[in-house]
Amino acid sequence: MRRKDLLDIETLEPSEIEYLLDNATSFREILARPVKKVPTLRGKSVATIFFEASTRTRTSFEHAAKIMSADTYSLAGATSSIVKGESLKDTMLTLDAMGIDAFVIRHAYSGAAAQAASYVPHKPVINAGDGTHEHPTQGLLDMLTIRQAKGRIEGLTVTIVGDIAHSRVARSNIWGLSKMGASVRIVGPSTLIPADADKLPVSVYTNLEEALEGADVVNVLRIQLERMTVGYFPSIREYARLFGVSKARLAVAKPDVTVLHPGPMNRGVEIASELADDPEISVITDQVTNGVAIRMATLFWLMGAST
Amino acid sequence: MAGYEIDKMNPAAEVMDADEMRRAWTRVAHEILERNKGIEDLALIGILRKGGPLTERLVAGIERIEGAKVPFGVLDISLYRDDFRTYQPKVGTTQIPFDIEGRKIVLVDDVLFTGRTVRAALGALNDLGRPSLIQLAVLVDRGHRELPMRPDYVGKNLPTSRTEFVRVSLSEFDGADHVEIYKEG
Repeated sequence: MRRKDLLDIETLEPSEIEYLLDNATSFREILARPVKKVPTLRGKSVATIFFEASTRTRTSFEHAAKIMSADTYSLAGATSSIVKGESLKDTMLTLDAMGIDAFVIRHAYSGAAAQAASYVPHKPVINAGDGTHEHPTQGLLDMLTIRQAKGRIEGLTVTIVGDIAHSRVARSNIWGLSKMGASVRIVGPSTLIPADADKLPVSVYTNLEEALEGADVVNVLRIQLERMTVGYFPSIREYARLFGVSKARLAVAKPDVTVLHPGPMNRGVEIASELADDPEISVITDQVTNGVAIRMATLFWLMGAST
Repeated sequence: MAGYEIDKMNPAAEVMDADEMRRAWTRVAHEILERNKGIEDLALIGILRKGGPLTERLVAGIERIEGAKVPFGVLDISLYRDDFRTYQPKVGTTQIPFDIEGRKIVLVDDVLFTGRTVRAALGALNDLGRPSLIQLAVLVDRGHRELPMRPDYVGKNLPTSRTEFVRVSLSEFDGADHVEIYKEG
């Protein structure tokens, strides 16, 4: 099946997820080479348009595009005509007219990437995070990391801890992992459990110990202080005491439990430093490496066909 | 890659059986040793997918003759193809557990046709280092080159028409060894 865009994981087929994970596995070999360059996308251009702050996602996309010999242009909210009030539509139409071949977009509004995709009907748009909706390449890189650590996804119990309601990472994980046969638990303060949780393929917990019991994988989310406009929990210290994940807390999980965190980390809040830095349990640096491989696989997939 | 076309084609005619393949490939192993005067600095690299098992067979053949194993690896070329925009390949993993710099490399593939796969393979190898020389061994040369490529070692020269399809079956993938030719249906 041919797709123009990657906007979410919710509408991906399991076979498409598997295809992306398999190709990304092969791309890891290129990342390990002394000369990291293949000619696949030579003469193609990719624009990364970020209306929200990002270090790893933007760098990861640009690195992936450059390894595949594409040219990259980065537009950030603060330094582009976006501050002059240029709309998303005009930004897209302008870049399209310049001959940019593919677009990577991050925006604070859910659905912005789909909207952007509608302005360029013949060119790929990749969602790099839209509001609280989805962050599909993060979901894919988490799945790749889990598959590498565990050898499979099917049959695993994965617990996602933290601010589920504001997390596009959580949504992409929930859809992807459940499609690939894992059973997904979410846990956090009841104010941070999404109102539509009953419509998601998850079991909902509000007690961390219960949610961690027998878990194969724990994905610890960042507490997004920038989205906390109202008080969702009384204090950071209370959050850390009730929902901060540490080695001691993981005693009830499987003995070979694997811990992920999408970064950036609030050390000592949602995750203990000793846990984040333990290479036996934490696969956080693998996630970063896999992020580049997944973005290469995504660009390869969407920019492959002549349209 | 063009496997889906086979269903539309007429039944195959077998042009090599397992014994013929084995003899031809044993001869190629001898020729590689003769041309390179032994195994010093020699390494074999198979083009994925069918070049992989064919390479392992040459390595075993050379070991039987010389009593020593030559280093070998496999090369994925899907990121170097010039026709990548027309189909969606599953990318394989290049695994070459030695430095190709300064070595004599024998590239191995099943069928030599237009030469475009070999061009892609040379580009892929070039990104990994600079061998002292590169030679090409193929099980079948079916002609119809579109690029200036010439094999150094050939299991069988097979005159074909451009519309025919040559399929090499290997026991490692297909359960049995043989080479078949399909006419356009």
